[in-house]
Amino acid sequence: MIQRTPFANALTYGVMIFGFLLLIGPFIVIVSGASQTFQQVNAIPFSFVPQDRLFENMGAAWSRANLGTAMLNSFVMASLVTVGKVALSALTAFAIVFFRTPLKGFFFWMVFITLMLPLEVRVVPTYAVAADLFQPVRFLIAAVTGFEVSVDWNLLNSYAGLTLPLIATATGTFLYRQFYLTLPDELAEAARMDGSGAIRFFIDMLLPLSRTNMLALTTIMFVYGWNQYLWPLLMVTDPQYKTTMMSLVALLPSDNGTPDWNVTLAGSLIIMLPPLIVVAVLQRWFVRGLVATEK
Amino acid sequence: MDKRAAFRSWWLPSLFALPQIILILLFFYWPAVAVLRWAFTLEPPFGGAAEFVGFANFQEVFADPLYWNSVGVSLAFALCGTLATIFVGLVLALAVDRQLPGSAPFRFLYILPYAIAGPAAGMAFRFILSPERGLMASVNAAFPDFWNPAKYGSHALILVIVVFAWKWAGYTFIFLLAGLQSVPRSLIEAAAMDGCGPIRRAVDIQIPLLAPTLFFLLVIMMTEGFVGADTYGIVARTTDGGPNHGTDVMVYRIVEEAFRGLNYSGASAQSLVLIGLIMIFTFIQFRFIERQVHYK
Repeated sequence: MIQRTPFANALTYGVMIFGFLLLIGPFIVIVSGASQTFQQVNAIPFSFVPQDRLFENMGAAWSRANLGTAMLNSFVMASLVTVGKVALSALTAFAIVFFRTPLKGFFFWMVFITLMLPLEVRVVPTYAVAADLFQPVRFLIAAVTGFEVSVDWNLLNSYAGLTLPLIATATGTFLYRQFYLTLPDELAEAARMDGSGAIRFFIDMLLPLSRTNMLALTTIMFVYGWNQYLWPLLMVTDPQYKTTMMSLVALLPSDNGTPDWNVTLAGSLIIMLPPLIVVAVLQRWFVRGLVATEK
Repeated sequence: MDKRAAFRSWWLPSLFALPQIILILLFFYWPAVAVLRWAFTLEPPFGGAAEFVGFANFQEVFADPLYWNSVGVSLAFALCGTLATIFVGLVLALAVDRQLPGSAPFRFLYILPYAIAGPAAGMAFRFILSPERGLMASVNAAFPDFWNPAKYGSHALILVIVVFAWKWAGYTFIFLLAGLQSVPRSLIEAAAMDGCGPIRRAVDIQIPLLAPTLFFLLVIMMTEGFVGADTYGIVARTTDGGPNHGTDVMVYRIVEEAFRGLNYSGASAQSLVLIGLIMIFTFIQFRFIERQVHYK
């Protein structure tokens, strides 16, 4: 744009710097607070200058909240959610887009409706299902045959329980569907002409073509899985399956204890890092996935 | 939209869709039916089969002033949070979209808060905006009792809204920037030829053309504010619904009622009201957004 606009340019830079302070400022406070001593972090006024105790504080937080297990669990959970979503959504979208069957519309609507109710509003009964997985099965058997069978299996304190209910939504399916619909019809025609069946077409043509989509979905699903709070809180009672979000409570200084916020901030910094790194490194894919899934 | 060259098989697509369908049936439809069932039944206190009680659960919920308090809190939270995120996202997107030299790093940085989980952000903000330390302590030293979210419900509500807005501003920024980039360049150049400055162009051309994106974000963010995954986490880890129910948003109340009060029927009735609300939002979204204007 060739136009001389000194005032508007200055304003634009001002806005961008103000936005930086607003959105990145909290990170600066966290990092500098996490690197200070107990006295420094409680000082008034707060000093934004980072000190040299960052790793010491991180170590203290690590052992206080037993972050080793929690980080591992969160990593496993986020990875399973990611892999499950990326794989299952690809299969479902393939079934919905590339086949002509009477069930097509049924599948589509069944998956589509799941977009409407997030886990948070149906969390109570979903928890009941996870706590007693065969309840629907028993109900069916009792309704059909009249027999009460007693099989019991619950998903509490397990990776399956942490991840399966999170995979049971439609976001990824729609990302793939949108992409499949943009592929030219000739592609499937050519594949059929060359004698390839549906499975061959899926593996040799669709999957390689949807690599960008998969990467985009992977980034958003990893962040989504890592940041889950309410669901792990309900599913897990065994400390062995604790996730990082649950460790936050252990990091908080107690009301009457020493307010060692430097350790608390260092701990929350550790917990924030993995999704932050994913978004920072794979930002292009992340943004693409975000914009694509919401449309 | 249908594909012309589809494969013909009925069992193969069923097989492919089966894993997801099973998961959805088990963890979505069955619980959704259970919400309905529980909302209209009541389990006797000493065991036995649940009895059908009609709308009694709803009457009980609606008669509770604390419920209406949570509706008000949720509304304030969602509305203020939405407006704040959209405003910040819009202003920043307009600035970055001008592509002045040196603006590229900002575009990268603004998205980062979105990676942070609501509860983790909430914990950090408990420190950052604490009345005794962090940034607000100096203000409180000069004006005693100016800011105390642990004591005043309204301050606590502002605190959770700030956390929400901080996290989601980057998200609206992404969408608004994408929207701005699809505004035809020729329009802006024509306006510049006619002597419009950048601010005039933003107000009279870019923002009106962004209307569909703004509306989309309005619906998405309102839904997020009411039932979003982060809303519960932010409230739980920043203020615990307090002080004195000042930040007792609807999702928080449902979870507390179900898992601390063990009142599944009441919680389900409340869930159903919330589900109704989301359906209205979704309906509005599809009714109006699907008809959005495309400027191509």
